[in-house]
Amino acid sequence: MTVGLGVHGASHIRIHKQMPQDRYSKSSKYTVDRGLPGAFEGETVTRRRFMEAVTHGAGGIAAAAFGLPALGFAIGPIFKRQPFDWQIIGTPADFNETSYVTKVITIVPGIGEAGKSIAYVRARNPQIDLEPHDQWNNYIALSSRCMHLGCPVRYVQAAERFICPCHGGVYNFRGEVAGGPPVRPLDRFYTYVPPVGHPGHGYVYLGPRYSVNSELRRFSPRDPGEPLDGIGQYLYPARFDTAVRPSIANLPLPPTVPGTGS
Amino acid sequence: MPLPKLLNRPAPTTTQQSPNPVEAATEAGLTVVDWIDERTQISQGLRWMMFRKVPKGINWAYTLGSATMFAFLSQAVTGVFLAMYYRPSVTGGAYESIRNINDNVFLGQFVHGMHKWGASVMIILIFLHMARVFFFGAYKYPRELTWIIGVVLLILTLAMGFTGYLLPFDQRSYWATIVGVNINNTAPFLGPYIGDFLRGGPEFGATTLSRFYAIHMMLIPGLMAALIGFHLYLIMKLGISAPPWLKAHEPEPVIETVEV
Repeated sequence: MTVGLGVHGASHIRIHKQMPQDRYSKSSKYTVDRGLPGAFEGETVTRRRFMEAVTHGAGGIAAAAFGLPALGFAIGPIFKRQPFDWQIIGTPADFNETSYVTKVITIVPGIGEAGKSIAYVRARNPQIDLEPHDQWNNYIALSSRCMHLGCPVRYVQAAERFICPCHGGVYNFRGEVAGGPPVRPLDRFYTYVPPVGHPGHGYVYLGPRYSVNSELRRFSPRDPGEPLDGIGQYLYPARFDTAVRPSIANLPLPPTVPGTGS
Repeated sequence: MPLPKLLNRPAPTTTQQSPNPVEAATEAGLTVVDWIDERTQISQGLRWMMFRKVPKGINWAYTLGSATMFAFLSQAVTGVFLAMYYRPSVTGGAYESIRNINDNVFLGQFVHGMHKWGASVMIILIFLHMARVFFFGAYKYPRELTWIIGVVLLILTLAMGFTGYLLPFDQRSYWATIVGVNINNTAPFLGPYIGDFLRGGPEFGATTLSRFYAIHMMLIPGLMAALIGFHLYLIMKLGISAPPWLKAHEPEPVIETVEV
């Protein structure tokens, strides 16, 4: 029975302290006015509160001191431009207008086979290459990277098609999508033939990669799987730092032929 | 000032007969355990963890979570020892070191095989475990957070599979990674940056392999170990859910007095 009494008794206890009318109204900003123990005149933040803030702040700064550099270290490559040097892929006599020549090129220098790729190269044919002609496309150099998901396509001369082994992407002779899942034509490389008098004259140079949309308009290099027609060019933004126009200031010199040294 | 109780203890009574060596060894072992437990109180936690009430009707399907965890432990152990021989070098070090593990190192092919096949086993087990939890309705209140952490663990496990696939660095690894990174690229807006982050640049480059290696053996395993710990804690805290076919019924009245 005593238990029952206790429970009933509790309901008769009056709560004398009234809640403030507006619970969220700010009390005085001075600790003295708030009646805090050990308050100083003119003090707005208690020492305990201040110490808490300082400790948490110091901890946060210490964590950020190693956390932020580590984060930047990890995501830094997103913002970095990778230099792409011009490389000699042959002489004009190596290439014709009706078939592609396979050239092994270096995409990333210094890492051996893993940095190599393949370009399919032919001379420009004004009959079929209807995109604007300038000094960068005297030779058409197509990347072997499939624009579906990046597998290497191979050129089949009998069909005059590029065929991807992974998911069945097919491209026509100009590298435009002829079937399958690819979202845009094969990427291309800038090519350059130095003028007469230049030490590199008589050689075909291959430069940076660029991407094209279905009208073969040039875009900065994108990754496979990113369409460049319609809304696609906005859904897949260019890199923060991309080479717009290749510089031909530092073309590598052609190899010296033994016995002809000057 | 009174001495602490410890120093007041009476001197141990020496027994005349020499103890049985087995008994002596057991006694020594118990002494060590007691010494540790007195300072850590770890046996309380262990008892809380191990001796839990489980509902009626649980069956072998309830062991799939433990099986997944043991697959993870197996991957961790074999992975650590594979790392002793593996070289994450693009310029002809990675592939050769894997070949060396398979061909020359004592039990190398076995440990490598355990890691390689264990990865598939872990994926299978984690999906079976997930199916068990789903079909038994064990994800419901109050175990939603356990489920969410489990989903994160599933994603991390798949990420482990993705990053680990590159490490043998043969043709299959290389092209699978190219394709996998390009699938990440197809996410709108963020995709190109995700790809650059994964590769460590716009092309598959010198640091891609070491980047995948670091993610595979440091970043994700650490995260997974922490999350598995939290997952387990929640299981201990919340208990195991009863199988769905077990009918809820009134608890039997507690017998308070026994009439004699």
